[in-house]
Amino acid sequence: MIEIKNIKKSFGGTPVLKGVSATFEAGKCNLIIGKSGSGKTVTLKCMVGLLEPDEGYILFDGRNITEMAFTERKEVRKEIGMLFQGTALFDSLSVEENIKFPLDMFTKMSVEEKKERVNFCLERVNLPNTNKKYPGELSGGMKKRVGIARAIVMNPKYLFCDEPNSGLDPKTSIVIDELIKEITEEYNITTVVNTHDMNSVMGIGDKVVFLHQGLKYWEGTHKEILKITDGELFDFIFASDFLKDLRLRAHFDDK
Amino acid sequence: MYRAFSKPEKAAMYWKETFRQAAGIGVGSLPIIALVSTFIGAVSAVQFAYQFSSLNLVPMWWIGSVVRKAMILELAPTISALLLAGKVGSNIASELGTMRISEQIDAYEIMGVNTPAYLVGPKIAAAIFVVPMLVIIAVFLGILGGWGAGVGGHFYTTAEYFKGVTDGFKSYDVVVMMVKSLLFGFIISSVSCYYGFTVTGGAVEIGESSTKAVVYSSIVVVIVNFVVAFLLL
Repeated sequence: MIEIKNIKKSFGGTPVLKGVSATFEAGKCNLIIGKSGSGKTVTLKCMVGLLEPDEGYILFDGRNITEMAFTERKEVRKEIGMLFQGTALFDSLSVEENIKFPLDMFTKMSVEEKKERVNFCLERVNLPNTNKKYPGELSGGMKKRVGIARAIVMNPKYLFCDEPNSGLDPKTSIVIDELIKEITEEYNITTVVNTHDMNSVMGIGDKVVFLHQGLKYWEGTHKEILKITDGELFDFIFASDFLKDLRLRAHFDDK
Repeated sequence: MYRAFSKPEKAAMYWKETFRQAAGIGVGSLPIIALVSTFIGAVSAVQFAYQFSSLNLVPMWWIGSVVRKAMILELAPTISALLLAGKVGSNIASELGTMRISEQIDAYEIMGVNTPAYLVGPKIAAAIFVVPMLVIIAVFLGILGGWGAGVGGHFYTTAEYFKGVTDGFKSYDVVVMMVKSLLFGFIISSVSCYYGFTVTGGAVEIGESSTKAVVYSSIVVVIVNFVVAFLLL
């Protein structure tokens, strides 16, 4: 379980997070949603330690990483896998080398064991026989899958995904969402996904945290979210007239 | 900077990266260093021959001695360093800058890699190792360039030139050259790494950081060149 308590973060005097507290459940797919500029990415970056919060603390199964020294934090980071918005694959390395990198750096596995592990991860994300390709030769969806393979290669306890569907077509988005959901359940990982895609919310969100203007506005399940009738969350979910219309029709059909 | 020299997670990975960087800096820069140093040696010989012949007071074989001294003490280390600041400095800054903007450095951080140590340390180590070697090659090629130009222009014979090259040779000059080369290697790599590693923004900022890396490395090189010459000569 990951807990964030009263996280505050400002940039150049402009507050971005104004005291966010939330709990992300173990073995579940937890979603952070919100409009652009609501503080989703900053929250995620504070959680993984890429940004230092000005106030508040973050607990990974009771371990407060905000008070840890660099060497202690490194150990926690080895339990974290992350899928970046732009995938952040290493351009100069092949797919195999990208996935193998953490194994090379942190394990004493033999060459054969590493190869086996890389192939297993690639097969898990449905990308077999792409070992020798370079990131520049892959499509957006394939890059995301390689990103996921790299994120899970060290058997992480925690998986963070920053906008996993950005730049993908709706069908590929669903494939990536399903993959994240399957991996979360299969390996009992605590997953935190940062998104503004409502398909993801309804498809994979075991728990949803809605951020608005740097504050936690709402917290609940994806089923509860449909019962919202007004306010900022309602505007966010039913942002398009098409969806509002669809909801109204469903409402009258129920009656 | 402190984290760049902290204990590596796995020494073998750092060695591999250091050799990769060394190969990139060394092999990649060798043609331009070879070309420029050969012509610098050649043009030095021609200029000295022009001045010596107009004076008519000093023997022409001295040109070998002057070219050797100028190449070892000044031209090879400084010209090589300025060339490397342009080629290697901009390369390092833009590579790290692109990695920063595309979140590749963040990806290393998340894995638990000490990014300054892994991305900066090997580059500095490689430059400190490779720049002196390139300077030594530049000295030899510069002297050969002087020989080719002088003999081709009938200013002196091969025997006269190499008499001058070997006459009054001081090993201390080589020590000064090596001190300069090591310092220049450190300056070029560390200044460029700093500007690359600290980029924020996008493509425009990467270009700006690349330019700053070249300009500031070059400025620091010429200042340190003077300081070393002042202190050691």
